[in-house]
Amino acid sequence: METNSYLDMELLRFSTAGSVDDGKSTLIGRLLYDSKSIFTDQYEAIEESSRRKGDENVNLALLTDGLRAEREQGITIDVAYRYFATPKRKFIIADTPGHIQYTRNMVTGSSTSNLSIILVDARHGVVEQTCRHTFISALLGIPHVVFCINKMDLVDYDEAVFEKIKADLEAFSSKLDVKDIRFVPISALKGDNVVHASENMDWYQGSTLMYLLENIHIGSDYNHIDCRFPVQTVIRPQSEKYPDYRGYAGRIAGGVFKPGDEVMVLPSGFTSKVKSIDTEKGSLEQAFAPMSVCMTLEDDIDISRGDMIVRENNKTEVDQDMDVMVCWLNEKKMVPNGKYAIKHTSNDVRCIIKEVKYKINVNNLHRIEDDKEVSMNEIARITIRTTKPLMFDKYSRNRSTGSLIFIDEATNETVGAAMIV
Amino acid sequence: MQSYNLTHLEELEAEAIFVLREVAAQFENPALLFSGGKDSIIVAHMAKKAFWPGKIPFPLVHVDTGHNFPETIEFRDRFVEQAGATLIVGSVQQSIDEGKSTEEKGFNASRNGLQTVTLLDTIELHKFDCAMGGARRDEEKARAKERFFSHRDDFGQWDPKNQRPELWNIFNGRKSMGEHFRVFPISNWTEMDVWQYILHEKIEIPSIYLAHERDVFIRDGVIMSTTDFIEQRESEPTIKKQVRFRTIGDATCTGAVESDADSLEKIIEEVASARTTERGTRSDDKRSEAAMEDRKKQGYF
Ligand SMILES: Nc1nc2c(ncn2[C@@H]2O[C@H](COP(=O)(O)OP(=O)(O)OP(=O)(O)O)[C@@H](O)[C@H]2O)c(=O)[nH]1
Ligand SMILES: [Mg+2]
Repeated sequence: METNSYLDMELLRFSTAGSVDDGKSTLIGRLLYDSKSIFTDQYEAIEESSRRKGDENVNLALLTDGLRAEREQGITIDVAYRYFATPKRKFIIADTPGHIQYTRNMVTGSSTSNLSIILVDARHGVVEQTCRHTFISALLGIPHVVFCINKMDLVDYDEAVFEKIKADLEAFSSKLDVKDIRFVPISALKGDNVVHASENMDWYQGSTLMYLLENIHIGSDYNHIDCRFPVQTVIRPQSEKYPDYRGYAGRIAGGVFKPGDEVMVLPSGFTSKVKSIDTEKGSLEQAFAPMSVCMTLEDDIDISRGDMIVRENNKTEVDQDMDVMVCWLNEKKMVPNGKYAIKHTSNDVRCIIKEVKYKINVNNLHRIEDDKEVSMNEIARITIRTTKPLMFDKYSRNRSTGSLIFIDEATNETVGAAMIV
Repeated sequence: MQSYNLTHLEELEAEAIFVLREVAAQFENPALLFSGGKDSIIVAHMAKKAFWPGKIPFPLVHVDTGHNFPETIEFRDRFVEQAGATLIVGSVQQSIDEGKSTEEKGFNASRNGLQTVTLLDTIELHKFDCAMGGARRDEEKARAKERFFSHRDDFGQWDPKNQRPELWNIFNGRKSMGEHFRVFPISNWTEMDVWQYILHEKIEIPSIYLAHERDVFIRDGVIMSTTDFIEQRESEPTIKKQVRFRTIGDATCTGAVESDADSLEKIIEEVASARTTERGTRSDDKRSEAAMEDRKKQGYF
């Protein structure tokens, strides 16, 4: 492969979603197989284990269902990441589980993706997990959703079945904020409309799934307007060559920084100018999201991990009170007025749950206001108060400064994922 | 308008550097596992970049099976010196001498599995609370399931059915006494990305990655280097072949591939047209279907 064209290739991160057994893992296997991205030793291994299990076809789902328990039970438990490239794009796939018990892993796999493929079994149509996953994808701000109506081979490739499900999904997702929604009738098992156009559905004029993946326009994921630099760690070599060097290392979360820019450090409010943006290979003229850099300032001010460098005329919110949409991920219910640890950018604080405003019924997106107990897999709007002010933006404005996680201080487990509204 | 785009390699590098710094900030006593293989080399290379102009703020740890290709050890020592880093060696031989591990017997004997004991001992001895490694998700199906921050209980075990959710780029490294983390900064890299990066950054690698003539023998269809550590059967005569290694592990279980690729450019061409995975030459993975998962559960990296 030509090195320059490899370096220039675009990257698309996508994830699968949909109810248990709707065919997500089979679809990923089919996509890899038909695009010739499977190695012979991998194929031989799954051929062998399919034969041992007595399957008549080679079970392509085994390409991602890599854990022993998954193979025994025939379901996906945790996200599998797969990588492949076509001459057009490089892809990072997260194949996530459909079983409700493992929703936390679906959320994990989807949180960094740009496109969500949501599968629906043509025989069953839209079910609760379809709604839940569609809602979560929208909540996570994934800009592209491709609904694949799967197992068309089991409904005689009937156009009416496809149209009915498509209409149901359109009605449901019209209430959501998703930029781009597509529909493709497929058979993951037989390969129709996955990489190759189907010969069984000439009523379908649209693109194959692969064509969409290779050609959907992916804009930048990042906000290049509001300057946000959360300080991760301070670099002080105190060496002979760099006796007084003091650099602030971190990953830019938004905007463009240049030497000479006037900046403000939050929460202290001190102002200074960017002196340099350094890398081992020399200084940079500018830095933008998602670059990892080391910045020095003209003035010697006290800055440490958790601080945020911004522009004075475009600050983040700095507040201890905020409203978030939370997706609860733990068997232990959210404790009303409970205290949790929070991680937000490079900050660690504690918080108290002040109020549950409402929960969402994922089937019809109605608000539930009379039952405020938030259990695993439920989504709610809540108000929290933190022990120290956080520097944040709305999630819709900036995925990085607008997201946080809740941690149970007794078990250290991540129990909730939240988007600031 | 100007476009602010990174190439996907730059994006992967930015992600890895972010993870390395997160480890330095969240843990008291982390370490970087360094085998002298290409993956650990690029992680160490990025660690240099992440903390420049400071030094790498954690030691490099080599779990030494004693069954090395000599080229790897020379390379390791030179790398450590140039980076001004600290090296800690955990010795499998010592674990065997102390009776903590038992050497396998027979023709297929390998010390690969014994590395787990030595690794866990080294972690305990030096009280490391985090061990970073160069494992990639594209290497193997159990690795494809691993988080960036992977939690280990106080026996060093991985519980794949109950991993912590890991959202966005927020990494939760909180733990109780005695527990530790494994962290994988290059989780999202493929073999191709690694080679492209090595070429692009002009990173030095051990010479055995490049094609060279070598004394080898064939076992179960795999080309093995002759070494003092493997007993050859009579049916396995030594022959000369032009080979290179796609991964560097313990000399007793790492196979070579026939190749003329004596430059990085040629390796990249070869990787692009390869029809088997790089671990296809590792006999340790072939022992059973879930060999990797089982080893990882026990604390392998
Ligand atoms: N006939 C037919 N069967 C299919 C098709 N796609 C998947 N299947 C079958 O449906 C079953 C479930 O497929 P999986 O790919 O494991 O489903 P999944 O969505 O990944 O399931 P979870 O990950 O556990 O949620 C398997 O028996 C597949 O062979 C299809 O297009 N047609
Ligand atoms: Mg699956």
